[in-house]
Amino acid sequence: MKFYIPPQLPRLALAFAIFISLFLVARHFLVPDTFGEYGHYRGASLIDNAKPELHYAGQQACFKCHQDIEDKKAQDVHSDIHCETCHGPGLKHVVSSKAADILKPSGREFCGSCHIINAGKQKSTINQIDLNKHNVGKNCTECHNPHQPWEMKK
Amino acid sequence: MEPHYQHLYDILAHSQGYIFPNEIDLQWGILIVVYPFITGLVAGAFILASLERVFKVKILKPTYQIALLTALSFLLVATMPLISHLSQPQRAYEIMITPHSSSAMAIFGFVYLWYLAVVLLLEIWFDYRHSMVVWSNEKKGIMKWVYKILTLGINDISPRTVQWDRKLGHIITIVGIPSAFILHGYVGFIFGSLKANPWWSSPLIPIIFLFSAMVSGIALVMLVYMIVSFFRKKVVDLNVLDTIGKYLFFILILDFTLESLDQIHRIYEAEESFEIIKLLVSGKLYLTLFVAQGLIGTIIPLITLVFLQFYKHKIKLQKTMYFIVSILVLIGVYSMRWNVVIGGQLFSKSFSGFTSFKVGLIGLDGTLMAAFWLLLPIGILTFLLWLLPPWKMVKEED
Amino acid sequence: MSQSTSTMGNEKIKSSRRKFLKTAVTLAGATIGYTWLKSSKVLLFAAEPKDESLPYYGIVIDIQKCIGCGNCAKACKKENDVPVEPFFFRTWVEQYTVKNDGKVNIVSPNGGIDGFTQTVPDEDIFKSFFVPKMCNHCSKSPCTQVCPVGATYESPEGVVLIDEKYCIGCRYCVQACPYGCRFIHPVKKVANKCTLCYHRLKKGLAPACMETCPTGARMYGNLRDKKSDLVKFLKEHTTQVLRPNLNTGAKLYYNALSSEVR
Repeated sequence: MKFYIPPQLPRLALAFAIFISLFLVARHFLVPDTFGEYGHYRGASLIDNAKPELHYAGQQACFKCHQDIEDKKAQDVHSDIHCETCHGPGLKHVVSSKAADILKPSGREFCGSCHIINAGKQKSTINQIDLNKHNVGKNCTECHNPHQPWEMKK
Repeated sequence: MEPHYQHLYDILAHSQGYIFPNEIDLQWGILIVVYPFITGLVAGAFILASLERVFKVKILKPTYQIALLTALSFLLVATMPLISHLSQPQRAYEIMITPHSSSAMAIFGFVYLWYLAVVLLLEIWFDYRHSMVVWSNEKKGIMKWVYKILTLGINDISPRTVQWDRKLGHIITIVGIPSAFILHGYVGFIFGSLKANPWWSSPLIPIIFLFSAMVSGIALVMLVYMIVSFFRKKVVDLNVLDTIGKYLFFILILDFTLESLDQIHRIYEAEESFEIIKLLVSGKLYLTLFVAQGLIGTIIPLITLVFLQFYKHKIKLQKTMYFIVSILVLIGVYSMRWNVVIGGQLFSKSFSGFTSFKVGLIGLDGTLMAAFWLLLPIGILTFLLWLLPPWKMVKEED
Repeated sequence: MSQSTSTMGNEKIKSSRRKFLKTAVTLAGATIGYTWLKSSKVLLFAAEPKDESLPYYGIVIDIQKCIGCGNCAKACKKENDVPVEPFFFRTWVEQYTVKNDGKVNIVSPNGGIDGFTQTVPDEDIFKSFFVPKMCNHCSKSPCTQVCPVGATYESPEGVVLIDEKYCIGCRYCVQACPYGCRFIHPVKKVANKCTLCYHRLKKGLAPACMETCPTGARMYGNLRDKKSDLVKFLKEHTTQVLRPNLNTGAKLYYNALSSEVR
């Protein structure tokens, strides 16, 4: 027995089939190659995220040349502080060895950025000073060696 | 770049309490208020059209095609606010080729295409095919070919084929109702499923969105019907307005109940976010929530509709009142979208502070762009009503 | 005569049309079948097991040790080329001051980069502490869940990363993060956030924030390595995550997290 198919249906089915095929073909060319390798994302993105330039070298890089400072620092309360914490990003200097390529911090405000007294800091974690009272006008480094702070210079 | 930072410094100066440093600028602006408003109009207009078709509310017949063409005009524009809001709009196609199955936003492309192609276009095609065949025979020149192409070459207008038009259209309408719910419901789900934002996170949000969408669509069709009749210099059928008004009233009551339930529940539970939300609602959102959405958009229309149902005197004033009511309702629903989208971003996720929001005028994310996307459908609708005039269609026996 | 040739002609046309349709359908079917098979791998990704040979990174922040110097936030911006304006932070430090009258003051001026000045006098303070914030690298990350295109993801090492070449800038992820970690980069115009200095991890170096923290308040390590300092710390201290009720699987554990912290 022949079923009656109204003339609209085959024409519409064709129109939809064409559209869906075009979509699938376009999709084949548009989906990035590495998509889905590890999950619902472009696998090559892991490589992209590993590419950015470094600015900080890490403490070990400093010790390769500055062994003497490493030894000094290890003996005093600043032993756990990494070099770039105060000296800023050091990779450029590791590569060029130029003094201009790394920060040599100075001034009371700089040391104060850690040591300024604030109720939020635990006294057991860090010694704190009131910059308006502690040896006003003097530079911290006149008395303290930043790499060996308790080896007082006076 | 510099001017944009100045705008951020201004906002920073106006922020209150503590906000997370990254929260200074609102991520979703006026275009994301416009998008659910538009899809809501589409869903609502379609539901009204379905009332005539599926539930056989005969009185609404004069509004059937108007509702469908209105829905189509707005649907054609619906994607645009989203694309112009993306900061990488040229990559928008990615949502179609690698949709992330766990993301509600990812279904947008497919739901949109489904609704456009399978529901709206097909339903309009089935309804107009007979008339388009007749017009392609009557017209000359380029219009003859336009109609011929639109018929997709099916020129058979025998009673049997025309009856199949009706049957298939009926099936499409039935499929269309849940499709309309998904088209707009998923937008509500995008907000409702976000556990990070307590103003949005609620299972009620998709349902509230749907009901306010129906309200806005019905009001829009009422408005369009009156405006089209005015331009055609035809008398507006008051029975049509009364019936639409009745449906508008009932759905508005339901919408109001759901919104009130959401707030009452929030006030009663008073969980972690309640204090900041209370400040939000009584402060920054006071005008847009209580005045625009509540009073202007809900209470006044409800009272007016009740009045119009009971007192059917003074015909001239009655039509004006329906006209005003539909505009007020549209303002109310737009405010609701504003309150949800913008309101949810004004308070910090720290629950300890507020940022502020100033809509820019120009730019892809500005007021002018939003206004353009809202007005463009009106232009499209005018064109569609000229191309496919409902009043010139072939009269069918029921 | 003409009738028979035209019928013959019609037959020829019909058969050549049929052949054409057959070839077209076969070609189309083959292309569709091939694209479908290729894409099914994309759709069924969830079955991939996690590579046990790679580290699975976790983070600990010890609130008792943070002194609010802001070195971490400063170093992060330098290492990762984040704009210096006070609106974009991959990491920042907050100060909580709980006053004697019960009110809580929370501040983060420029993310803590320039340090903090105490504004509340000592006698009004009940307690005060600093809380560094950064991406929690959630194992059930809501930002990953909502990304519509797959531009943000959890790497095999458990680091939540962003594919800057694929992000469309819809900002759904920024809305979904309960911790406020994400932002839209003003120049690149895609989502951006802390990557745990993935480019440094891959070279065996510490993230910049941890390299420059003077008190060792920030730690990172391999959660799979039971002998690592990180795991030992977790065993010996009481730690909490932010917003545990949201079940994000956050891998940033705070030591001494007080209830005022949001």
